[in-house]
Amino acid sequence: MAHCTNRNRDRNRLRFGSMGLLIAGLLGMFSNIASAAWEFGLQDPMTATARHVYELHSLLLWVIVVIFIGVFAVVTWSIIFHRKSKGHKAADFHDNTTVEIVWTIVPTLILIAIAFPATSTLVQMRDTSQPELTIKATGYQWKWGYEYVTGDAAGVKYMSVLSTPREQIENKSPKGEHYLLEVDRPLVVPVGKKVRMLLTASDVIHTWSVPAFAVKADAVPGFLRDTWFRAEKEGTYRGQCSELCGKDHGFMPVVVEVVSVEKYAAWVADQKKEMAAAAEDPAKIWKLDELVARGEKVYAATCAACHQPTGKGLPPVFPALDGSKIVKGPKAAHLDMVLKGKAGTAMAAFGAQMSDTDIAAVVAYERNAWSNKLGEVIQPAEVKALRGK
Amino acid sequence: MQATQHAGHAGHDDDSHSHGPTGLMRWITTTNHKDIGTMYLWFSFVMFLVGGAMSLVIRAELLSPGLQYVSPEFYNQMLTLHALIMVFGAIMPAFVGFANWMIPLMIGAPDMAFARMNNWSFWLLPPAAILLTSSIFVPGGAAGTGWTLYPPLSIQMGMGMDMAIFAVHILGMSSIMGSINIITTILNMRAPGMTLMKMPMFCWTWLVTAFLLIASMPILAGAVTMLLTDRHFGTSFFNAAGGGDPVLFQHIFWFFGHPEVYIIALPAFGVVSHVIPAFSRKHLFGYTSMVYAIAAIGLISFFVWAHHMYVTGIPLTGQLYFMYATMLIAIPTGVKVFNWVTTMWRGSLSFETPMLFALGFLVLFTIGGLTGLVLAMTAVDIQLQDTYYVVAHFHYVMVAGALFSAYAGLYFWLPKWTGHMYNEGLGKLHFWLSMIFFNIAFFPQHFLGLAGMPRRIPDYAQQFADFNQISTIGSFGFGISQLLVLVVVFKAIKGGAKAEARPWDGARGLEWTVPSPAPHHTFEDPPAFDPAEAHA
Repeated sequence: MAHCTNRNRDRNRLRFGSMGLLIAGLLGMFSNIASAAWEFGLQDPMTATARHVYELHSLLLWVIVVIFIGVFAVVTWSIIFHRKSKGHKAADFHDNTTVEIVWTIVPTLILIAIAFPATSTLVQMRDTSQPELTIKATGYQWKWGYEYVTGDAAGVKYMSVLSTPREQIENKSPKGEHYLLEVDRPLVVPVGKKVRMLLTASDVIHTWSVPAFAVKADAVPGFLRDTWFRAEKEGTYRGQCSELCGKDHGFMPVVVEVVSVEKYAAWVADQKKEMAAAAEDPAKIWKLDELVARGEKVYAATCAACHQPTGKGLPPVFPALDGSKIVKGPKAAHLDMVLKGKAGTAMAAFGAQMSDTDIAAVVAYERNAWSNKLGEVIQPAEVKALRGK
Repeated sequence: MQATQHAGHAGHDDDSHSHGPTGLMRWITTTNHKDIGTMYLWFSFVMFLVGGAMSLVIRAELLSPGLQYVSPEFYNQMLTLHALIMVFGAIMPAFVGFANWMIPLMIGAPDMAFARMNNWSFWLLPPAAILLTSSIFVPGGAAGTGWTLYPPLSIQMGMGMDMAIFAVHILGMSSIMGSINIITTILNMRAPGMTLMKMPMFCWTWLVTAFLLIASMPILAGAVTMLLTDRHFGTSFFNAAGGGDPVLFQHIFWFFGHPEVYIIALPAFGVVSHVIPAFSRKHLFGYTSMVYAIAAIGLISFFVWAHHMYVTGIPLTGQLYFMYATMLIAIPTGVKVFNWVTTMWRGSLSFETPMLFALGFLVLFTIGGLTGLVLAMTAVDIQLQDTYYVVAHFHYVMVAGALFSAYAGLYFWLPKWTGHMYNEGLGKLHFWLSMIFFNIAFFPQHFLGLAGMPRRIPDYAQQFADFNQISTIGSFGFGISQLLVLVVVFKAIKGGAKAEARPWDGARGLEWTVPSPAPHHTFEDPPAFDPAEAHA
């Protein structure tokens, strides 16, 4: 008998001990909580649609919390008062048609009530008619391409690539404020204007998403989809690709800069000027070193994610370029691979994304970097000649 | 497996497994529903540990921002295999194991209708599992597409993708054979007097589930076969350049995928519908409406698939239809929860481990169901699609819904299987650790999703760091706690208090009329069905 109580005491001690550990752990966690910015809800809405979604979500949250409390109040009552250990005897009922009808009809009515705001919000969300500005976004593995289709900026197009340095991702340097949510060139739109986004992709399905605008739509290769937003406040809004699109899915953010109408006009003028300046003479004859210097930059921005800065790739999925048969083989085959890509792999057709000069530069770089010292120059005109074929 | 076999010998000395082969050959050649059920359960537990280990790789990488332990490619492979293994290797075989063990005992049948096919449907599983897990080691690694295998990404993958496709084919065959067996057994082999509307609820849920499986698994097989021919034989089902459409795959996949959710959930409902009445010492409330609710859920599950695809660009009218249809499914699901709650009302409750897990199921599944209602609203879903909110939602439904009820079933029926009572203290410890750590792991993910953190990313922005840290701590706690089951089960196999034929005083059904452990052969002559054992 005494033996038994001793054992119980030990067991209790053990129980309290482990409970203490658990509480200490939880306290540790909560001290952490005090020092951090804790987001428990949706992001602050910045468009009328996002505000409606926010309100709809808040309504639903109340509904489900009330239902949960209602149901588990009954369960808790049973657990406390209908226990066998308290000598409660089981009643013998197992059917009641009235009750069954009530708890079928009441939820139905609640659902019908919710359906009204849910429907109107959705109808508003999908109304892409009469936009003031139309922009096409193309998803690439792993960056976004933007092209202004209408308005003053029509014709402006550029790539928007993650600008977080590799060292931050690899924990070699401290992470910045907008770690993984920053790009080299954000999408710039005027405040208060209805912007229609046309979405497509060049390789796999991506999803363009900005939570503050309640915008999320798939970019499907070979198809055009659309969505829209009208930002109410100037500022920078950040989102991420939201459909698994391969290795660097986590590293292709969406950044939208909403600016005043005046600033937007100035930005458009700048873009036009830059475009004019960048319009290179396609007949220019390049020297090897200036071509390779340019190619190195293009390589770092476009190719290094898969083929790696070392040119060693990540075989077998992403082959090495250093010593590669194609790179060290005939120029035409190498150019063809870059221009047209390889079906069924992540190697995209870069002909559609890059200028003749950039392609010539990057191919020249690849043929002269690492151990591939071929010493060849490739002129933009050669790329142009191959494009038609 | 050795130990189970040992227990099989020790547990009885009379008419046991007669004159068949012994040792390993006994298990390879067995046609006995109890042996096969045992193998299904062990297989499922092993796969549960494998899939669980993969989830810990994922959570370790997500402990803090930055890339620490694995590359993004490997991370994608882990999340794909984790899901495929948990769905097809762990949860589904666990409930097929319960079905094999318990359905013949519940309906008073000597065995399953097609005993040899039963053997074959189990033995297809290990090759499929090997194909799936070993794909990590082939060039290019396993499929890194997520379990949804969406093209064109799945077209880009290496041969690991083909291995996953063949594994899915084999698993599908196994499920279809198992389903044919279960339907035939239930419809033809019930004890005289046990009408369909007096049948135990677990049999009802499995009857509907088996029909869902037969209807949906061939669709998945078709979808992955089209992937295979797109990959290797020049077809363009999912390639716009050849006249196909990548979104077509999603329609086909989710036409399978949504019923699949209920394939997992319905047998779980069945287990809970046995455990709650037993420990409330009352009849299940509203048996008839429960049956209709199960059938309704099964049927509606085929008409809501595109609610997984609200952002793919389906037309507004399509979105509205799928939203309303999805809301409709909340009604029968609500009826089931209300019925369980009313079953407990004015009962005589006790809280042994099976009841604790059933209550845990009730709480967590209700949370998962309610967040499902939030996600049913298309406008809100567009905001939350592919965020951690969805990850939290389906883990509340899958882990809490299926795993907790599987544990309720395990503790409930363990005495019948081993002939010994399990250690109640350890069982309760297992429940409380699971309950606490599960919520630490998954509740914060709701907040992450609302704040906009996408799923399936190996690295994340700084504002998501704190909740991810908590979630990782919870998941490790949860994972480690699951090893307790192994201790409990081994202890029960080796010894412990002798279990009576009916170890739970409130339990009803023919399965409790046979001794514990259940002899190798039971009900060789159809038993008389005593109305007192009826669930209705």
